[in-house]
Amino acid sequence: MNDSNRSLASFASTWSTARSMLGKDLLIERRGRVLTNQVLPFALIVMVMFAFALDSDAVLERVAPGLVWLATLFSTLFIIARSFAVETADGALDQLRTTGAPPAGIFLGKALALMIQLLALVVVLIVAAVVLYRADLSWEGGVLLVTTALAATSGLAAVGTLYGGLSAGAKGRETLLPLLVLPVVAPVLIGATRATESAFGTNGIAVGEGWPWLGLLAVFAVMFSVTGAIAFGSLLDD
Amino acid sequence: MTTTAERNVTGTAFTRGLGVVTIAGIVLLVILGLFVSPADVNQGESVRIMYAHVPGAWLAYLAFIVTAVSSAAYLWPRTRSLTWDRIAGASAEVGVLFMAISLITGSLWGRITWGTYWTWDARLTTTAFLFVTYVGYLAVRGLGGSHQQRAKRSAVLALLAVLEIPLVHFSVELWNTLHQEASVAGRGTDVTMDGLMLFCLFLGVIVFTLMYVWLVLHRQRALHLQDMLDDTGLDAALAARRAEANV
Repeated sequence: MNDSNRSLASFASTWSTARSMLGKDLLIERRGRVLTNQVLPFALIVMVMFAFALDSDAVLERVAPGLVWLATLFSTLFIIARSFAVETADGALDQLRTTGAPPAGIFLGKALALMIQLLALVVVLIVAAVVLYRADLSWEGGVLLVTTALAATSGLAAVGTLYGGLSAGAKGRETLLPLLVLPVVAPVLIGATRATESAFGTNGIAVGEGWPWLGLLAVFAVMFSVTGAIAFGSLLDD
Repeated sequence: MTTTAERNVTGTAFTRGLGVVTIAGIVLLVILGLFVSPADVNQGESVRIMYAHVPGAWLAYLAFIVTAVSSAAYLWPRTRSLTWDRIAGASAEVGVLFMAISLITGSLWGRITWGTYWTWDARLTTTAFLFVTYVGYLAVRGLGGSHQQRAKRSAVLALLAVLEIPLVHFSVELWNTLHQEASVAGRGTDVTMDGLMLFCLFLGVIVFTLMYVWLVLHRQRALHLQDMLDDTGLDAALAARRAEANV
């Protein structure tokens, strides 16, 4: 086999691993319904609690974008924990390693599954913000919001998979994961909140002002996706 | 010549000498900083906090650079050695300590000078993030598993922090420029400093750096002894109990 064939073959095997990991994780979610029956209700109750704590329609309308993304971050922690709980149960991860599947493929597959679940979560939370906090959404703002959600969730998914893999199988990971992940995803919270403020037109901010924040979200997502695909192997190694 | 680990100690003639010099330096810094140097025209007596704050912050950043470089050295196959991992761990421990000192002294100074403990300045916020990140790093080091597992896991984490910190700094800066009034951090920087005050800052940086080297050397050797204890502790204890039973 010449070099280009070999790199093509390794790309194909990475991609096919990613696809089967993605299919597996989504199948587990479809049968277990942890996202729909546990995480989504949790996120919604958090949104209601925010309203109790802040106690003012005007304030809620002002901070709605930030609350959407805060609730997303908190819920992300549960989804990451769940995503790796199924891998460490019954030594599944060890068996996965013995198959010789490329680690980059495992990383991408799990990250994609995480991203799809996060997208579903964000959609529900945005609807909740419109209903509960009277957030206003135009068509133009909607386009910005969808792009923001895609960029932000891919960044969150990459970081989540990376740090979830790092703490997988360790004692006390439930409490460690938030400490590791939250500081890292601070740029996502800042970028996604500012972009969402523009999309909602909070405080009269124009939709156009939101687009530059997408640059930050995109850089974040690309950096951690690439790093994750490279570094994931050494985290699974031993 | 035997190594410190073989002799079950962490001190050598070099570290003892270094320790004496460090302590003498601290005494000199306290005398000059607290009593001899004048109060500042604008900041008053509170300027003396700077002689601990600035060196503390410098040291904290130095410690995390050392941690990142040692982690890279561990991950690089040709230089892979648990010594690098222990240096990274020792340096992070000392770094977290000095980061805490510099955050506390900084907010006290800010309360006196700016009238507020905290401002959302990018430098301040990044420092706080760095602190939390390395507290997490130390927690990961304590997760257990084999020494190699610990070393690899924490080395990857330390390098991820190198990626994270500039991103956090950049995004906080962006957030500040677009959404907040000019930060107070820039105020009062155009004052010319008294020669003795400048000397105190300079001395502080040198003394703190010596202290850092001293602490990291000892801590690194203590971590080595800890690893040796983990490796042989149970076997040695079993052998000792069996020997007792045979008596």
